[in-house]
Amino acid sequence: MMPLGTAEVAKIAHLARLAIREEEVPDYARNLSAILELVEQMNAVDTTGVTPMAHPLDMVQRLRADEISESNQREHFQAIAPRVDAGLYLVPKVIE
Amino acid sequence: MMEWETVIGLEIHAQLATQSKIFSGAATAYGAEPNTQACAIDLGMPGVLPVLNREVVRMATMLGLAIDAQIARRSVFARKNYFYPDLPKGYQISQYELPIVQKGQLTIDLEDGSSKVIGVTRAHLEEDAGKSLHEDFHGLSGIDLNRAGTPLLEIVSEPDLRSAKEAVAYMKKLHQLVVYLGICDGNMQEGSFRCDANVSVRRKGDPQFGTRAEIKNLNSFRFVERAIDFEIERQIELIESGGKVVQETRLYDPDQGETRSMRSKEEANDYRYFPDPDLLPLALDEAFIEAARVALPELPEVKKQRFMTQYELSGYDASVLTASRDLADYYEATVAALGGEPKLCANWVMGDFSAFLNKENRDLADSPVSAVRLAGLLRRIQDRTISGKIAKEVFEALWASEGDADAIIEKRGLRQITDTSAIEKVIDDVIAANPEQLAQYRAGKDKLFGFFVGQVMKLSKGKANPQQVNDLLMEKLQGRNDLLA
Repeated sequence: MMPLGTAEVAKIAHLARLAIREEEVPDYARNLSAILELVEQMNAVDTTGVTPMAHPLDMVQRLRADEISESNQREHFQAIAPRVDAGLYLVPKVIE
Repeated sequence: MMEWETVIGLEIHAQLATQSKIFSGAATAYGAEPNTQACAIDLGMPGVLPVLNREVVRMATMLGLAIDAQIARRSVFARKNYFYPDLPKGYQISQYELPIVQKGQLTIDLEDGSSKVIGVTRAHLEEDAGKSLHEDFHGLSGIDLNRAGTPLLEIVSEPDLRSAKEAVAYMKKLHQLVVYLGICDGNMQEGSFRCDANVSVRRKGDPQFGTRAEIKNLNSFRFVERAIDFEIERQIELIESGGKVVQETRLYDPDQGETRSMRSKEEANDYRYFPDPDLLPLALDEAFIEAARVALPELPEVKKQRFMTQYELSGYDASVLTASRDLADYYEATVAALGGEPKLCANWVMGDFSAFLNKENRDLADSPVSAVRLAGLLRRIQDRTISGKIAKEVFEALWASEGDADAIIEKRGLRQITDTSAIEKVIDDVIAANPEQLAQYRAGKDKLFGFFVGQVMKLSKGKANPQQVNDLLMEKLQGRNDLLA
């Protein structure tokens, strides 16, 4: 397996919207590569016929009834919003 | 001239018709004041946990059963990661590797009368995002999170569709199905049923698919057809002039009738899915699936076949009447109330009744004429109290809620005249008043017959039985001169 390069680290950080300092990039690259190497070692194990583990708990999802249990608490939630107008949360302009 | 083949696959998002959201107890009603139906879970507040809505699972199972798909006994929810302000958590909860429904199929009817089986790759559960409003907030965007967490079933077809018309036929069939199942209200204007189309072209006979473009958010059948047709033309012209199709997301602009590239975000497809640790695997047992199977209504295709045999209707009539469950139920209620005459009922339900609904853009549920009242009208056609023509007048009065058919016929004096001597009296008056036309008719101008019929009907105010008028008039016009002597 190829170790991660600086460009890939920058891309991963951008996708996760994480700001990392230029000088930290080599450290991240080395640490992340070490994790991938560990995964690579595990990949060597033959897992044919083993169900992939989707969750560490050996339990299944409980379901709830389709009932409305939440009332309008807009005022309460919007009290901590930086800006609101006409019931809307205002955010820096996003255009596709 | 090079021959091209189009390859289309559709991803359809059907909003599931639940009361509450997929992972929270907030309401899903359409049109509420902004952010009044967005609770802490929908807002992605720290420390909250999603809890899956049982009804959503049942609805997805019903769809799976209706398209002969495999229902996964175990399926898994995953996080699809991207940043956008209408997605407060920074990820959408969806299903990725193990969706609840896999490998189904849907048979579509084509215009030439043939049918084609379209594969359904998968259907998975996910939550909808909120809405961004870009206009007029002093350079800011407004975010309404009422829609965030609304349950969606994303139904993904195989790339089996070969034209815009096939794509529309598939979309219509699926729309009909989800509404029949009662799992989606099918309201396309409100976004309850919307479609992304993956479109590519290749040279006929080429085993490889061409590069595809994805057209996003098509919310009407007409737009789907136009957008795909435009896209096919665009791609063919591009390739024939030496260019290359790039894989990208495009938006359809209904005003310009064209698709346009959305400024491509280069990492757009890098969603870094992983299993959501907040949700345990979803396990379905046989009892749950069996209960969903029992709850399935009669499906459109089965109902259509039954209408053809039980009511002896043509394939066309049967498919029109079974287009929606409401219309089919209304038709059957009319036949039951009348106690027979399925063809007469079909003509009226498909004819005047549907025309009035369309004209006023009303849902069948808001019809002012109940099936029992329509049957009351048809009974009077059947026993010849009124003619088919007068019946149209009575129907209008029924629609205006002027009472039942008998009351309207009585009040307006519309009872048909079937008494031979009364009709003869009218005919005699007409003939006496039009000696010139009579002479011309007898001299061989046969088409004046219609003139006489018209005069008789006019004089009888449309109430004379048309068949009797025809017979008696024929007899009298044909040279029984003695009557006029």
